[in-house]
Amino acid sequence: MKTNFTDEIVKKFAIVTIMWGIVGMLVGVFIAAQLAWPALNFDIPFLTYSRLRPLHTNAVIFAFGGNALIGTSFYVAHKTCKAELFAPKLASFVFWAFQLIIVAAALTLPFGYTQSREYAELIWPIDVFLTIVWVAYAIVFFGTIVKRQEKHIYVANWFYAAFIITIALLHIVNNLQIPVNWHLSYSVYPGAVDALVQWWYGHNAVGFFLTAGFLGMMYYFVPKQAERPVYSYRLSIVHFWALISSYMWAGPHHLQYTSLPDWAQSLGMVFSLILLAPSWGGMINGIMTLSGAWHKLRDDPIIKILIVSLSFYGMSTFEGPMMSVKTVNALSHYTDWTVGHVHSGALGWVALMTIGSLYVLIPKLWGRKSMYSTKLINAHFWIATLGIVLYIASMWIAGVMQGLMWRDINADGSVVYSFIESIKATYPYYIARFLGGTMFLSGMFIMLYNVIKTIKSDKVSGEAA
Amino acid sequence: MKHQKLEKNIGLMGVLIAIVVSFAGLVEIVPLMFQASVVEPHPNLKPYTALQLAGRDIYISEGCYNCHSQQIRPFVDETMRYGHYSMASEFVYDRPFQWGSKRTGPDLHRVGGKYSDEWHEYHLMDPRSVVPESNMPGYPWLAEQTVDAEQVAAGMKTLKDWFGHPYTDAQLASAKADVEGKTKLEAVIAYLQVLGTSIPRSYK
Repeated sequence: MKTNFTDEIVKKFAIVTIMWGIVGMLVGVFIAAQLAWPALNFDIPFLTYSRLRPLHTNAVIFAFGGNALIGTSFYVAHKTCKAELFAPKLASFVFWAFQLIIVAAALTLPFGYTQSREYAELIWPIDVFLTIVWVAYAIVFFGTIVKRQEKHIYVANWFYAAFIITIALLHIVNNLQIPVNWHLSYSVYPGAVDALVQWWYGHNAVGFFLTAGFLGMMYYFVPKQAERPVYSYRLSIVHFWALISSYMWAGPHHLQYTSLPDWAQSLGMVFSLILLAPSWGGMINGIMTLSGAWHKLRDDPIIKILIVSLSFYGMSTFEGPMMSVKTVNALSHYTDWTVGHVHSGALGWVALMTIGSLYVLIPKLWGRKSMYSTKLINAHFWIATLGIVLYIASMWIAGVMQGLMWRDINADGSVVYSFIESIKATYPYYIARFLGGTMFLSGMFIMLYNVIKTIKSDKVSGEAA
Repeated sequence: MKHQKLEKNIGLMGVLIAIVVSFAGLVEIVPLMFQASVVEPHPNLKPYTALQLAGRDIYISEGCYNCHSQQIRPFVDETMRYGHYSMASEFVYDRPFQWGSKRTGPDLHRVGGKYSDEWHEYHLMDPRSVVPESNMPGYPWLAEQTVDAEQVAAGMKTLKDWFGHPYTDAQLASAKADVEGKTKLEAVIAYLQVLGTSIPRSYK
């Protein structure tokens, strides 16, 4: 098998994706256990829930998701442009610098160095470095597109392009700070403006990092594994432009009924409802790509993972607009329902899409005919899917229960429950959630074993990458 | 224009993407910066004193916002439980904002004056000593560590010089001495006790 530079660098991204995925989810399972059994904080500062939760979110979003996105974007650009990566040395820099940022996050967040902006907690020196790395990434990706041998730019690359451009914009605007010393800085925006800027960022980190980027992944790996062309070319054009133009408006739905002026809240809600259409456009285009090949759902566990991922995408993009409706949000906001919603997207859509794509990618990169064990892929599929269902169902019930308990009013106008009673009632659900998360994490270990065995197995000669 | 044209020109596509994603920020965020009710302080609102600011930095550093909101919504149950609903004019000196997104514990916007300093001390050291069913972690190290006085003084100066927070020269001059030797526990409690107190809890 002929190896090339692109394959070599994508291999590295594939390996660290699995590695950081396990680390990030392990932290998640640990902090889930702390909510059920608070003694597990051990009174040790860097093991305390409030310091570890940002480490969990950053690790799974940016280390697991980020490496998957950068790695696959290089691979997809290389394949669909029929061109080697532009500026290989810069691509190597992007890989090592991005890992350095992740290590820096692990060395700062648990030790109390944070900006407290959700999913943008990293302190200002790391933010500056990340900006440089992102520009380098953009040069490699767009450079590869420019030197392509194909006339048309394939649809997956549109989504990766929108993801790279928009994340740059969001990162810079949300992190405008005046430094006080090497680690502390104050936001340039006052209170309520700061809140809107942060959730404009936070919502679109979901919209562009966890959605547009992963749709790019979907548009390459689903047709590839199904051995079918994308269902509708026209639908991909329409939903691409509709998705990226409406997502940016929906941020204020994170601030319903807060001190944010009403006009902004309503605008956020309207665009969130509109967002359902382009989101489902993507889901339909992905699932219908299987037209005429539905039998693969029965025979091929990788296809099963990819299609279930798209189904969770459809589900959570229905749930999201629903939760942005003010009357629903009045109940759901601040409760564990939000946590369930996030994880149906993060585990169901993002993680399963990554896992499915890696199962397609890894044998190709290492020149193997297939993964070492198809049975283990199937086992991974079931333990992961059941884990997600347990996780989101327990958080959904817990959230609705909390919302109802908080708002319950006696005939004399006093509240029925004190806050602590809602915590007491939630403990069983925190334990169920911990079990669901543990199941999902176990699936990752099955994957790790399968990948190691695949790489170590004898090379299949004559297998083209 | 045919979409085919974009599919063959990455420069044009990139520019169009950048334009399309910029609208929302311009329409939603920029006007907010000029809306008086959002950017002008409540008449009773005072900037955080040196000790309160030190406490706020520790509140952020420990990640309290992960479980506690500081934003009371205008619902009967919330105003019954926490006090008067929150107003934008009360947060003008909050950089960054601490509204939070999840209530694993209760809202803290008007916790100021609700409990004694002593209660907070017990509660922060070992939450289950005062609330047996609580799942909040203890923060015993706060009592052993002292405030970084240098940082507090520099922070106040940054807030005044860059954002015009109305500190007097006397406040800036004594900032370091005001917090020197204070424990992080004292600072956090000072911050908690001022939260939401620019209006009375049952303000009509």
